[in-house]
Amino acid sequence: MTTQEAFYNYIVRLGDDSLILGQRISEWCGHGPILEEDIALTNIALDLIGQTTNLFELAVQIEGKGKDVDQLAFLRLEKEYTNLLLVEQPNVDFGYTIVRQFFFDVFRKLTFEALCQSSDEKLAAIAEKSLKEIKYHLKHSSEWVIRLGDGTEESHTRVQAAVNTLWKFTNELFYQDEVDQKVIELGLGVDTSLFKEAWQLHVEKVFTEATLTIPANTWQHEGGRKGTHTEHLGYLLSEMQYMQRAYQNMEW
Amino acid sequence: MSTKNIEELEKEFQAKIDADIKIEPNDWMPEAYRKTLMRQISQHAHSEIVGMLPEGNWITRAPSLKRKAVLLAKVQDEAGHGLYLYSAAETLGLDRESSIDDLHSGKAKYSSIFNYPTLSWADMGTIGWLVDGAAIMNQVPLCRCSYGPYARAMVRVCKEESFHQRQGFEIVSLLANGTPEQKQMVQDSLNRFWWPSLMMFGPNDDNSPNSAQSVKWKIKRMSNDELRQQFIDVTVPQAEMVGLTIPDKDLKWNEATGHYDFGAINWEEFNQVIQGNGPCNKDRIDARRNAKENGAWVREAANAFAEKRKKKELTH
Repeated sequence: MTTQEAFYNYIVRLGDDSLILGQRISEWCGHGPILEEDIALTNIALDLIGQTTNLFELAVQIEGKGKDVDQLAFLRLEKEYTNLLLVEQPNVDFGYTIVRQFFFDVFRKLTFEALCQSSDEKLAAIAEKSLKEIKYHLKHSSEWVIRLGDGTEESHTRVQAAVNTLWKFTNELFYQDEVDQKVIELGLGVDTSLFKEAWQLHVEKVFTEATLTIPANTWQHEGGRKGTHTEHLGYLLSEMQYMQRAYQNMEW
Repeated sequence: MSTKNIEELEKEFQAKIDADIKIEPNDWMPEAYRKTLMRQISQHAHSEIVGMLPEGNWITRAPSLKRKAVLLAKVQDEAGHGLYLYSAAETLGLDRESSIDDLHSGKAKYSSIFNYPTLSWADMGTIGWLVDGAAIMNQVPLCRCSYGPYARAMVRVCKEESFHQRQGFEIVSLLANGTPEQKQMVQDSLNRFWWPSLMMFGPNDDNSPNSAQSVKWKIKRMSNDELRQQFIDVTVPQAEMVGLTIPDKDLKWNEATGHYDFGAINWEEFNQVIQGNGPCNKDRIDARRNAKENGAWVREAANAFAEKRKKKELTH
């Protein structure tokens, strides 16, 4: 794998995470539990789609084949998407949505903080710009994890169930392979193993305040980075890709 | 303080209105004025919130990242409009919760246009162009409405709506100049949305019972028919510009009046949709009701948590 290929794959992974999560969150639009949350969730979706656009613009530049961002976003096969399994999980309810977002936000914040030092100036600039948004997302999801965890008996039960279900996808956040090794060597990408402990500590701290616990069963799933997904992604993509597949080669 | 009788108060009130002095929340106002405004502002707020649904229907299927982002931002704006309109209604003593309950029970109305389905991507263009266009026609005069909080909310709403209208027309124009499939998609969309858009201005003036009083109070500043005509006069040339056909065989320019003549509106359809029999009335209200019911545990949790925190602060 050349440096160029590794860097391209690395950027696409970062972009796929925000694309798929943004798509999921946008399903909430018009259906939030309160109007203020409708606005907040829509805003988060908007930020994530914006981050995706910036990352994909960089990716197509690196690839240099003259593709546009929408070809990358909408016209790949399921196995060519390399997002984390966590972000493709269904919304289920507001509790699941918040827990998924919280796990991701803590990770994304640590990743993007480190990416501000990337030896690639463009990526560093994207990271810096995105970081402002990510900090707001993390504040929002942390506050809700605490509120729901330490709210009523029902909300506690629901949000703990979400934690129990989604925990198995958290180890994959720190998945690394030859793509990562290559970009880490060159200072383009970041070594996530350096902040795995920080991630865990942050989650534990918020969970303590939220009176939530990390499940005992720690069997973990992975595959997203290599294109092996859960059953949920296919449906998400068929909806997301509908227009581009049905009406090919058109301007929108 | 001298006590004035109702008649004197009403006279002073009308004098203020006639002098274009804004009425503010703590000012005396006739009960009927308050009620009319509460009805109108809450209907408007509901329209924004229900209006999120037909467009929200296409967010997950938007054809490009740019369009997805723009549509998200637009629907988010509508939620924002809903928020500040509910706040304007609250200044009259109508709280958001009971207002929303009235929407869900069918007691409160919202714009009939949102009971029509969005069947293609082109509808995202048509809604911006026609529906937001019609809304602007209705709302620009309301920026001069006699009730201060409503007038000020409208200034902000109108700015964003005109942005939405331009974006909508941009989509329409792109599709109209696109491939045969795209042209067909946008013409079909115009065919479906044209007449319902004209109905957005409400019944003809001779069938609009509340209009005269509202004009006197400067809650309404132009009649339904005047606004409808203005909308048609502005929109027809836009359709011609992009090569789309307005689905009205009676539509033609009238040299003598300086306006377009247009065909008869199907008021029976309008009345049926208002009464709840439109294609999507049930879906829209069910979606809002489900959002509220499914979110009950979240709101309860937030309240319970806030209470716990308050107690904690008191004991520390």
